[in-house]
Amino acid sequence: MNFDLTEERQMLQDGLRRYLRDQYTPALLSQIADSETGWSDAVWAGLAEIGVIGALFTEDQGGFGGAGFDIALVAEELGRVGATEPLIDTGLLGGGLIAALGDADQQALLEEVIAGHRQMALAHSEPGSRYDLSRVATTVTDGKLSGRKAVVVNGGAADRLIVSARSSGDVADEAGISLFIVDADAPGLTRRGYPLTGGGHAAEITLDNTPGTPLGAAGEGYQALAQVHARATLAISAEAVGLMDAIRTLTTDYLKTRKQFGQPIGKFQALQHRMADMLIEIEQARSAVINLAGHVDADALVRDTHVSATKTLVGQAARLVAEESIQLHGGIGMTQEYALAHLARRLVMVDHRFGDTLYHTERFVALAVA
Amino acid sequence: MDLHYTDAQTAFRTEVRDFLAEHLPSRLSDKVRNGQSLTKADHEEWHAILNARGWLAGNWPVEHGGTGWDAVQRHIFEDEMTKAHAPRIVPFGLAMLGPVLMAFGSEDQKSYWLPRILNGDDWWCQGYSEPGAGSDLAAVRTSAVRDGDDYIVNGQKTWTTLGQHANMIFCLVRTSTEGKRQEGISFLLIDMNSPGITVRPIVLIDGGAEVNEVFFDNVRVPAANLVGEENKGWTYAKYLLTHERTNIAGVGFASAGLEQLKRIARAEQSGGQPLIKNPLFAARIAQVQIDLMAMATTNLRVVSAAAAGQAPGAESSMLKIKGTQVRQEINALTMQAVGPYAMPYVSEALEGDNDPVGPAYAQARTRQYLNNRKLSIYGGSNEVQRSIIAKAILEL
Repeated sequence: MNFDLTEERQMLQDGLRRYLRDQYTPALLSQIADSETGWSDAVWAGLAEIGVIGALFTEDQGGFGGAGFDIALVAEELGRVGATEPLIDTGLLGGGLIAALGDADQQALLEEVIAGHRQMALAHSEPGSRYDLSRVATTVTDGKLSGRKAVVVNGGAADRLIVSARSSGDVADEAGISLFIVDADAPGLTRRGYPLTGGGHAAEITLDNTPGTPLGAAGEGYQALAQVHARATLAISAEAVGLMDAIRTLTTDYLKTRKQFGQPIGKFQALQHRMADMLIEIEQARSAVINLAGHVDADALVRDTHVSATKTLVGQAARLVAEESIQLHGGIGMTQEYALAHLARRLVMVDHRFGDTLYHTERFVALAVA
Repeated sequence: MDLHYTDAQTAFRTEVRDFLAEHLPSRLSDKVRNGQSLTKADHEEWHAILNARGWLAGNWPVEHGGTGWDAVQRHIFEDEMTKAHAPRIVPFGLAMLGPVLMAFGSEDQKSYWLPRILNGDDWWCQGYSEPGAGSDLAAVRTSAVRDGDDYIVNGQKTWTTLGQHANMIFCLVRTSTEGKRQEGISFLLIDMNSPGITVRPIVLIDGGAEVNEVFFDNVRVPAANLVGEENKGWTYAKYLLTHERTNIAGVGFASAGLEQLKRIARAEQSGGQPLIKNPLFAARIAQVQIDLMAMATTNLRVVSAAAAGQAPGAESSMLKIKGTQVRQEINALTMQAVGPYAMPYVSEALEGDNDPVGPAYAQARTRQYLNNRKLSIYGGSNEVQRSIIAKAILEL
């Protein structure tokens, strides 16, 4: 049992933290806010160069990490500055599915992802599927895809999409889901792009007899989808811990400097105790992320038990920390200009990807209680 | 980062588990599982079994007859003990006084008192709290005035846990009223059979009487029973409070309690099906189970830092708060689970003289719920712990 980072991971963490601290200035944030994609090309290139994308993949896959603790480490650092670069979408979902299912030719795409030269997105969820991973209504006929895909994060910037479609079975069956690689400018594909509350962009995607190249065996996409979703859930949970750490620092600093009634407001016990409760939940969330990182490659039952436990706890902690930090700041916490706004918005939105607290509590009951 | 135990640690766990399977009397584990009271003889029997194996003093070094275990081994041992529903080791002599004597006692005190603790010759209790000194411990007023080779002690201690069984008490007493309050406190060992001592039980909200008031009326105590230096008792008291804290989260108690809760929720019927199938109840179990999974890792993070030689500081305050919240929630859910059979109060059944009204698992649940309201009050109330976190970690 050991909770220390290995030397390699420590070096990666130090380098990445330094890099992001230098890059993520208020000027960059406002530049990102006005951008087409919702993130910075320059930072993405920089992350690839430091090896952050490679850290998501094993040596066999062309990376140099790929373990749960590698994912958690980089995602937490990105969270610490509120970074919006599409590590999850291009890396863990797009790259992850190619790594799991791609043939020799398709693996070339993964090399481009790791090098930072290729943007991807997973077009899986549909209007009405909510967080249900097996609910797919998009059809495939003679290799042509038709249907609608909802809130496809990074769907506007991606030049390659991975699209799920049902080749057999009922709408919610795990069996019968097929995956395809689709060119973003393929015929019959339309995208309506928009910015996201928590930063980054997404798109609603309509497919109308759109051609795609099969990725993996027909009808057998579910296991790989579940696996990359577990890894993505780990990443967004670790990112949330980074966000919460950053918010905690902002809030304690504010409590020490803001004076009312003749003293720093941090001297008031009512506020001290609320901060203490926040800190406890942040540490609980950190432990939950460690638990998931250590089990993300376990068999499906153990993995998914930890996925649901961690995402539930992180979702609850995220809401508490966001709401309490705004309250403890008072009026300044309500302003868009102050650094808290972006971090808190991004943190609140964590509960809306890969299953919220309601979804994961229900799933945890099925897996580990009853 | 590695969540796995080493081979040696896993082997140790197996060794502990096998020992408990063979040597823990089922009469005792049944009582613990059903939340019934243990007698003094029960505790002494279990201590003697552990002492015969050399496992009674988990936090003592080998030279004093302890195990010499590191923090991870202690954690594994405590974990297996609670999972097996073993009686907890009564902490007053072993976990509290022993380490203080080793650190600050004279050679005579060490060679006399430490073996007696291991052999069960003395039953110690703790004389810290007073009517006017609870969370604010430095307010102790019980006085000890030097008179030749003795101290004359006057005053009152309260919340003295299992003081009714004790023949010895270690006390914080005031030996000076000058300077800072903390600088006039001494650490004194007092024979409970001394003339002038009266012990009066306090019946608690659960109907039990595990705590007492202890009155001192001109009690003569040999000055040889002063530990360390006069007026330095505050240092020793704080040492005692921070020394043995790997188990402050009570992960083992919570795990055993959760398992028991699920067992009851499977046995109880609600709407024609097991209670555990009720989605609202199952969601509450899920919540506490999820909290416990994370807390177990938070605890291990602190334990492994302690094993690496870092003293647990204010992190133990976080564990205390979260640990007591989890355990109290489990108690509340367990009481809810037994439904109407939470209501009967049959004291004979609670003492283990079994003729329960309703299921045996139900009879002590309300008492346990009420009794464990203490968890968030004692050992520094959870509000005091929050203030410690605010100052020591958040630096507010």
